Amino acid sequence: MVKLDFNINDLHFKNPVLAASGTFGYGVEFRDFFDISQLGGIVLKATTLEVREGNPYPRMAETPAGMLNSVGLQNKGIDHFEKNIYPVVSEFNTNVIVNVNGSYVEDYVTLAGRINALEKIPAIELNISCPNVKKGGMIFGTDPKSAREVIREVRKVYSKQLIVKLSPNVTDIVEFALIAEEEGADSVSLINTLLGMAVDVKRMKPSLATVTGGLSGPAVKPVALRMVWQVAKAVRIPVIGLGGIMNSRDAIEFFLAGASAIQVGTASFINPAVTIDILKGIENYLNEKGFSDIREIIGYINN
Amino acid sequence: MTKRIESLRVVENKKINKDYFLLRLTSQGKLPEMKPGQFVQVKVDGSPETFLRRPFSVHDVNYSGNTFRLLIQIAGKGTETLSRLSTGDSINVIYPLGNSFSLPEKNENILLAGGGCGIAPLLFLARYLNENGFTPDILLGFRSSERVMEYDEYAALGRIFLTTEDGSMGKKGFITDHPVLTANRYDVVYCCGPEPMMKAMAAYCRANSVRCEVSLENLMACGIGVCLCCTVETVRGNLCTCTEGPVFNINDLKW
Repeated sequence: MVKLDFNINDLHFKNPVLAASGTFGYGVEFRDFFDISQLGGIVLKATTLEVREGNPYPRMAETPAGMLNSVGLQNKGIDHFEKNIYPVVSEFNTNVIVNVNGSYVEDYVTLAGRINALEKIPAIELNISCPNVKKGGMIFGTDPKSAREVIREVRKVYSKQLIVKLSPNVTDIVEFALIAEEEGADSVSLINTLLGMAVDVKRMKPSLATVTGGLSGPAVKPVALRMVWQVAKAVRIPVIGLGGIMNSRDAIEFFLAGASAIQVGTASFINPAVTIDILKGIENYLNEKGFSDIREIIGYINN
Repeated sequence: MTKRIESLRVVENKKINKDYFLLRLTSQGKLPEMKPGQFVQVKVDGSPETFLRRPFSVHDVNYSGNTFRLLIQIAGKGTETLSRLSTGDSINVIYPLGNSFSLPEKNENILLAGGGCGIAPLLFLARYLNENGFTPDILLGFRSSERVMEYDEYAALGRIFLTTEDGSMGKKGFITDHPVLTANRYDVVYCCGPEPMMKAMAAYCRANSVRCEVSLENLMACGIGVCLCCTVETVRGNLCTCTEGPVFNINDLKW
């Protein structure tokens, strides 16, 4: 029996496989395919203070080994979440994490405060890295001063586990990870999508209505892995790695590079049950290699 | 209706013309109940160029034979790869997905209107209507006579009317030019085809106070309502085509 569970401070995870925000809905969409309580956690899609309709269609373009999206944080806002979503997700027997987004620091603070009051939500993922909104989002994640301010202010009102989701669209992601650590984040998750674009040569127009969008899928994995490795060496808080993980081998690369947990995103679009396959694959790998605890391989290549 | 991820076996891959083919698939177990208008998400081959699944309408279901068919247009690399499948090959499918066309009221006058690849869900719908005691009129539009597909199959399920853009078969023009639309008073039109065609049909239905449902074909990634990429603007806000659709009443759309 391999030990897969671990803690981030006082928050217990039954295993290190989490579903990434924006790719797993509110979890309920996956109940036909597997028992989501088997996962270490699920990060719900981004929630904002107000209702957001998101960006115009088309919002998606397939690219080599990946896809671009420009959804733009479509969601029904925190009121709807508290009333209609929370009662459902609070029944899940896994860590339910809310991804929090806003246009202004005050938005983040208000949201974090309200979610702090929700007993069954043990953590938030502070999304300072969405590339698909005009205001807020990635601005906070690409300017060190803004990043520091929003994390600091949220930390004041949020007493549970604070995960900061970092943007890869910066020169030095380590700088932002260190800011998160200094301002009291409990962990960091990386990477959000890489800013990219595609052009439809047949129509001679940008493929996305917003022209640019966020690139995800296996195409971004080497970049994500490099950043996770850099950050894991630089910070003491746990690093949650994500970006293009399609199978357990990909996931193990992230653990070996220093990730304490991983999130699976785009892969769930292609195989809604992939998270469970990845979990089993990790367990098999540890057994085959003769490890008894996932923690033995975290950052292994750095030893 | 529970969705499944399943490896389905190709029973038949029939080439219709240079652009279209029909895949007949079977399940090792019993096929789930499917409704006309629903679709499937097919994994192509996992190659970098065909990374995402491809959505296709259910064209026809044969429960007694435990098979169903997809009518597929070769439009790119993914569909081209699928066109080369042979009997006995397996493909990974998530299904059944999406909502379905509504059943008409008793004694209602029904028209099924489709163009090109958009005729795909209408065969299943026509058969379903027959089984529920309705005989629809079926109006199909193609570019030319060489493009006409599955004529006999549709003709067996209702009164069939045809248009071709070049006039090589049936009436010349688009389906909305066909005299059947002025000669008859329909209560409901079920429509699927290229967007300009559906919009023209929606305009006809609005002008004549005819109930109209259209099946949309927006670009999508997941097919299960989580990526939020396939949204369509509706009077209720942006909705996912994959879960709130693909069938929409035109009154819900901002057309």
